[in-house]
Amino acid sequence: MRSRTDHESGRRPRWTPGRLALLLGALLLAALWVLPLAYAFATSLKPQGEEVDTPLTWIGSRITFEAYEQVWEAGDLPRWILNTAYVATVTTALTVLLSAMAAYGFARTTFRGRRLLYGLVLAGIMVPPQVLMAPLFAQMLALGLVDTYWGVILPQVAVPAMVFILVKFFEEVPRELEEAAFCDGAGRWRVFFTIVLPLSRPVLAAVAIFTFIQTWNNFLWPFLVTTDPGGMTLPVGLVNVQSSYGVRYAQVMASLVIAGLPLLFVFAFFQRQIVRGIAHTGLAGR
Amino acid sequence: MRTRRHWTEHGLAFVAPFFAFYALFLLWPLALGLKMSLGSDNITGQGGEFVGFDNYAEALKDPDMWSSLWNTLWFTALSTVPLVLTGLAMALIAHHLRFADWLWRLSWFAPFLLPSGVVGLLWLWIIYPSDFGLADQLLDTVGLHPGIGWLTDERYAMLSIVGTTLWWTVGFNFLLYLAGLQAIPRHLYEAAELDGANAWQRLRRVTLPMLRRTTGVVVILQLLASLKIFDQVYIMTRGGPDESTRPLLLYVYEHGFTGYRIGYASAASYLFFALIVLISLLQLRFTRRARQENAV
Repeated sequence: MRSRTDHESGRRPRWTPGRLALLLGALLLAALWVLPLAYAFATSLKPQGEEVDTPLTWIGSRITFEAYEQVWEAGDLPRWILNTAYVATVTTALTVLLSAMAAYGFARTTFRGRRLLYGLVLAGIMVPPQVLMAPLFAQMLALGLVDTYWGVILPQVAVPAMVFILVKFFEEVPRELEEAAFCDGAGRWRVFFTIVLPLSRPVLAAVAIFTFIQTWNNFLWPFLVTTDPGGMTLPVGLVNVQSSYGVRYAQVMASLVIAGLPLLFVFAFFQRQIVRGIAHTGLAGR
Repeated sequence: MRTRRHWTEHGLAFVAPFFAFYALFLLWPLALGLKMSLGSDNITGQGGEFVGFDNYAEALKDPDMWSSLWNTLWFTALSTVPLVLTGLAMALIAHHLRFADWLWRLSWFAPFLLPSGVVGLLWLWIIYPSDFGLADQLLDTVGLHPGIGWLTDERYAMLSIVGTTLWWTVGFNFLLYLAGLQAIPRHLYEAAELDGANAWQRLRRVTLPMLRRTTGVVVILQLLASLKIFDQVYIMTRGGPDESTRPLLLYVYEHGFTGYRIGYASAASYLFFALIVLISLLQLRFTRRARQENAV
């Protein structure tokens, strides 16, 4: 990985005492944040029973992947990972498309009832998802969507906060760009898909990645709406097999590593785009 | 104005698909929940009768409801300040260090990528087993012999939950602040430097004022997130010891999904919703007034 800085001037300042102190603080904080993860990883490589030895050691009598094998055998990991990837991908695609369209409609068009509808959407930001759980479940029962992918996906698609973020962004896009296209005879939809969307790529990336993280990790709703192990997402499935281990910590920590790695890779690759995307959203203020 | 027509064209068509989902999966269940809160329904949502505001009256009279409400507010108060300030400090460090950016981003944001269930179990493993937990062993090696009941002592249980939450979610605030810092125009710093401002003055007079809008966003998002505290508590303490960490949402969950009184649970969750609206309005008013004072 490159360590080039994001800042405009590529010149790096000198190592003054103040800057060294800053580095020391950064390393200390980083250690504090990484230590629990490293400890989980170390625990997951220990042989059965040695996790609880005192005094604590970081490496057991031997390094073994037994815990991973047991987690693999106890559940249906490949299936759960595929389920989660499918659910997260479809949810993200739908969320980004629907929110971008709606945000463009709110930011750039006028129609009767626009303010009322936008007000309703803004109010939705405050609704805690837990308040909706019971009625949503009753609704899914009535629609026959319990234990289906769509039952997991559909209620997660309309995210008012994403619309709000994108409205704020579209309001700042200069109108002249669109006017020019209109004069050339382009229609509204063409302007949206060929001019506005490509311009908004960094923001859309940020919205997409946060939606993806949220859906990938969401526990409560998929937990309520799936009962069949074959349809479970990764967080639900892992909790499900955990209840059968009791206190076998090596397995618990192995499943933690399995749950965390896919997203860690995604973030490692896209981190710079993510920060730039947030900077563009106006979420961070300007 | 040939283009005037274009601005009004197809407006509703852009909004309609999103709004259909929004109405079906947010507004409708919200209304359904309100109806449930006025009845004595069980978990299937059937067989109840209309009881008016009885559920609300009962919830308002229940001391357990009030103590859970208090716990939620207490957690929000305890967690918001460190979560905002640590995020800001991390962003300032990473931004000014200009060295190994990826390392700080990766290590401080990584925990945010883990599901709540996993985070809860990991911290249980670190602090709960008091004789072989990592936390106590580390304190032991530096000469402290704490023997603290991190999760079993009423004095520390809530703080342990706050600590876990800080570790888990501060990365999000850090990224928002980092993006905010990168958006500050460089020429402001150059001007300040020409005027002879030292690093501390540049921080106080340029950076922090320019981050005011970011701070507004971070604070309101943090308040909303903290008020919704549930997962970590459910996994780490189940609300104990002696109900001292039970937040309002756990109270709702216990009555609705464990106690099968969905009507009563709905009423309690609507009281909670009302509280969130109230706090959001207060915050909005507060920032609006601050902005007006700045404009003068």
